[in-house]
Amino acid sequence: MAYVAHDETAYVAPLEVEEEHLYHAKTWLGKYVFCQDAKVIAIQYACTAMGIGLVALVFSLIMRLQLGFPNTFAFIAPEDYYQYVTMHGMIMVIYLLTALFLGGFGNYLIPLMVGARDMVFPYVNMISFWVYFLAVLILVASMFVPGGATGSGWTLYPPQAVTSGTPGSDLGIILMLVSLIVFIIGFTMGGLNYVVTVLQGRTRGMTLMRMPLTIWGIFMATVLALLAFPALLVACIMMLFDKIIGTSFFMPAVISMGEQLPHTGGSPVLFEHLFWFFGHPEVYIVALPAFGIVSDLLSTHARKTIFGYRMMVWAIVVIGGLSFIVWAHHMYVSGMNPYFGFFFATTTLIIAIPTAIKVYNWVLTLWHGNIRLNVPMMFAIGFIFTFINGGLTGLFLGNVTVDLPLSDTYFVVAHFHMVMAVSPVLVVFGAIYHWYPKMTGRMLNDSLGKVHFWITFLGTYAIYYPMHYLGFLGLPRRYYAMGPTEFMPASAQSLNQFITIAALVVGAAQLIFLYNLITSYRNGKESGDNPWESTTLEWQTAETPPGHGNFGKDLPLVYRWAYDYSVPGAPSDFLPQNLPPQGGSAEGIKED
Amino acid sequence: MSNEIAVETGRSIDLVEGLPGIVSDWSSDQRAFKRVPWGKAMMWIFLLSDTFIFSCFLLSYMKVRMTTVVPWPNPSEVFALTIGGHHIPLVLIAIMTFILISSSGTMAMAVMFGYRKNKKVTGWLIILTALFGASFVGMQAFEWTKLIVEEGVRPWGNPMGAAQFGACFFMITGFHGFHVSIGVVFLVIMAVKVFRGSLDIGRPGLFTHRPGDYEEIEIMGLYWHFVDLVWVFIFAFFYLW
Repeated sequence: MAYVAHDETAYVAPLEVEEEHLYHAKTWLGKYVFCQDAKVIAIQYACTAMGIGLVALVFSLIMRLQLGFPNTFAFIAPEDYYQYVTMHGMIMVIYLLTALFLGGFGNYLIPLMVGARDMVFPYVNMISFWVYFLAVLILVASMFVPGGATGSGWTLYPPQAVTSGTPGSDLGIILMLVSLIVFIIGFTMGGLNYVVTVLQGRTRGMTLMRMPLTIWGIFMATVLALLAFPALLVACIMMLFDKIIGTSFFMPAVISMGEQLPHTGGSPVLFEHLFWFFGHPEVYIVALPAFGIVSDLLSTHARKTIFGYRMMVWAIVVIGGLSFIVWAHHMYVSGMNPYFGFFFATTTLIIAIPTAIKVYNWVLTLWHGNIRLNVPMMFAIGFIFTFINGGLTGLFLGNVTVDLPLSDTYFVVAHFHMVMAVSPVLVVFGAIYHWYPKMTGRMLNDSLGKVHFWITFLGTYAIYYPMHYLGFLGLPRRYYAMGPTEFMPASAQSLNQFITIAALVVGAAQLIFLYNLITSYRNGKESGDNPWESTTLEWQTAETPPGHGNFGKDLPLVYRWAYDYSVPGAPSDFLPQNLPPQGGSAEGIKED
Repeated sequence: MSNEIAVETGRSIDLVEGLPGIVSDWSSDQRAFKRVPWGKAMMWIFLLSDTFIFSCFLLSYMKVRMTTVVPWPNPSEVFALTIGGHHIPLVLIAIMTFILISSSGTMAMAVMFGYRKNKKVTGWLIILTALFGASFVGMQAFEWTKLIVEEGVRPWGNPMGAAQFGACFFMITGFHGFHVSIGVVFLVIMAVKVFRGSLDIGRPGLFTHRPGDYEEIEIMGLYWHFVDLVWVFIFAFFYLW
C-alpha cells in the first residue's frame, strides 16, 4: 500500500538484447516511399488495401444492380458478372482484409504495443509491402488483358477455372494465380517479422500474458497465415502447370466444347482440399485480429478490465489450432468420402466452444461497465451483434445434413458475409476511428462517424437478413439471372430489389467515411497523446504521431497488464502499462 | 536447477533448466526463446512454413499416385543407369543423396569453426559445401536431361505409365533443386563475407541493415540442413516407394 521508493530493476528484468539499430533514411524516397519505418509501411499497406477494396465494393454494387434489376442494365453482360463475383471475393478476402489486418494494423500496432523500436527486420518489412503492391498491380492488370479477369469464382475450382467457356480462362486465370503467388511471397516476409517481433522483440516487463489482446489476435492470425498460405501456394503452382504446361494434377479427362482435352487422370477434389486447407484458416486469419482488436475497444471504452483475459488468450490459440482441422466442411457436396463429413462436422462444432467463450466474455466486459458510447465503441458493439448472427447460421451449415440443401444458396452468402465479411469490417471501422488520432494527431468527426455507423450497421441487416430467406427458398448463388422458375415466388424478386437498394445506400455511406478520413486529416480536432485515456503503450508515446523509433529516447518499461481500468483506489480510472507501481495503489499491480 | 547465462547486453540472466524452464521462458518478458537471436528465430519459423509447402507437394503427389488408374512407372527401373555393362537401379540418386548428406557434414563443421573464429577453415568448408550443392544440382540436371531426351518423359505424359509421374517428378525435384540452388548462391556470398572479415567487424549485410556476426553461418546452416532433410523425404517417398 505504501509508496515505496524503488529502483526499476526490482520490478523489471535487465535488458537482454541491444536496442535495435535503425536506419534513418535521408532522401525523400527513403522516407516516404521505400521507407523502413513500420508505421509508414502500415499506412502504405492500409491505403493500398482500401484502394483495391473500394474497387471490390463497386463490383459488389454492380452485381447487386444486376440481381435486383435483371435485364435493365445493358453494360452488365453475363461474363462480366462472373468476373465481378470472382474479383469481389478474391480482393475482399485476401487483398483487403488479410493485408489490412496483418500488413496494416499489424505493422502499426505490433511494435508500438509491445514496446519495440520497429519490426525486427525493417528492410525485409519494406520489401514485403512492395511485393504486396506488385501483387495488387498484377491483379489489376488481369482485369485489362484480353478475355478479362478470371470468372471462376474466388475459389478458382478446376476444371472450369482453366477450361475455355469460363470468362478469363486464358490470361485472366494465369495472372490471378501469379498474383496470388506473389502475394504469398510478400506476405511471408512481413509475417515472419510480425511473429519474431512478438516472440523476441518485446520491451522489458512485457510478458506474453501482459500483451493486449489485439497483439494476440494479430500474432495468432499471422502464425495461421504462415502455415496456411503454403497450401494455396502449392495449389496455385500446380494449377499454373495444368494451365501452361498441360500437366494433369487437377484436370481429369474433360470434353470441353465437344473436344477432348489433352488432360487425363487428375483430381479436382485434390485442389479443393488444398484450397480449403488454406481457405478455412484464412477465415480466422481475418477473424482473429478482429477478435483481438474488438476486445481492446470494448475494454477501453467500457472502462473495465477485459473479462477473463487468460481465457481470451487461450481461446484465440485454440481457435487457431482447430481452424486447421475443419477445412472439409466447405466440401460436403464435393464428392469426397462421405465419412469425412462426420469428422469435419464434429470439429467444426467444437470450434463453437472457444468462440462462444469469447462472445460471453465480450458481453461480460460490458456488464456494469462505465460505457462511453463513442464511435469506436458503437462499431465494437455492432460487431458482437453481427458476429453472433453470423455464427448461429454457421451451426446450420456445419452440420452435413442441414448443409446439403442449403449448399450453394444465398443462405451461405448471407452466413459468410455476416460472420467473416461484415463483422471484421465493422471492427476495421471501429479500429480506424480508435487509432486514427494516434496515426494523425487528429480526431475523426464524431457526428459523421455516427451517421456512418448507423447506416452501415442497419444496412447490413437490410442486406443480409432477407438473403437467409432467399436461401431457404432455394435461390442459388452466383447465378447471373434467375429467369422464370417454378420454385421461386415472384415476391422473391421484390426482395432482391430491396436488397439492392439497401446495398446502394450502404455503399454510398462509405463515401461519408472517406470524406471524414480525408477532411479530418487537416481539420479534425487536435487529439492530444491519449484521447481515449487508454492504458496500452501506443498511447504513451512522447509525440503524436510517434516518430521513427516510436518511443523517443527511452523504451517504456512495462509494470502491469493492459487492462487496468477503474482500479479501486487508484488516482485515475486507468493505469498505463508503463506506470511504475508507486504511481498507483497496490491493487493496481498485476502479479504475473 | 538454474544457471546463469550472459545475454547480448553483457548482463546475465537466470535460466531454469528442463520443462519448468520452458514455462519460465515463455512467461518472461522480452524473449520467449532466451538464447535465440532474431535472425535464427526468423529462419526457424520460415522453415516451419516451408515444411508445409513441401508437405503439400508430397501429399498431393501421394494422393495423385494412389488415385490414378494407370500404372505408375517403377522408379527403380526409370532411374537405373547402365555403367560398365552393369544395370544398377537408383545408382545416380544414391550418389546424389550421399553427396547432399556429406554437404550437411561440412556445413556443420563450418558452423563450428565459425564460432571458433577460424576464418580460413570456415570459409573453405563453406566453399566445399557450396561445391557439393552445385554438384548435386548438376547431377540433377543430368538426370532430367536423361529422362527428357532418352526416356521421353514429359510433364504432361510419358511412355511408361501415369501422366502424373513426370508432372510430380519435375515439380517436386525442381522445387527442391531451386532451394538447393538458392542455398549455393547464399553459401558463396557467405564465404565471401567470411574471407573479407565482414563477420568480425559486424558489417551490415545482405537483406538487413543489422550488423552480421558468426551466427549468420549457423542460420545459413539451418536452411542447408533443412534442404537436406527434405531431400531424404523426397528420396523415400518418390524413389523408394
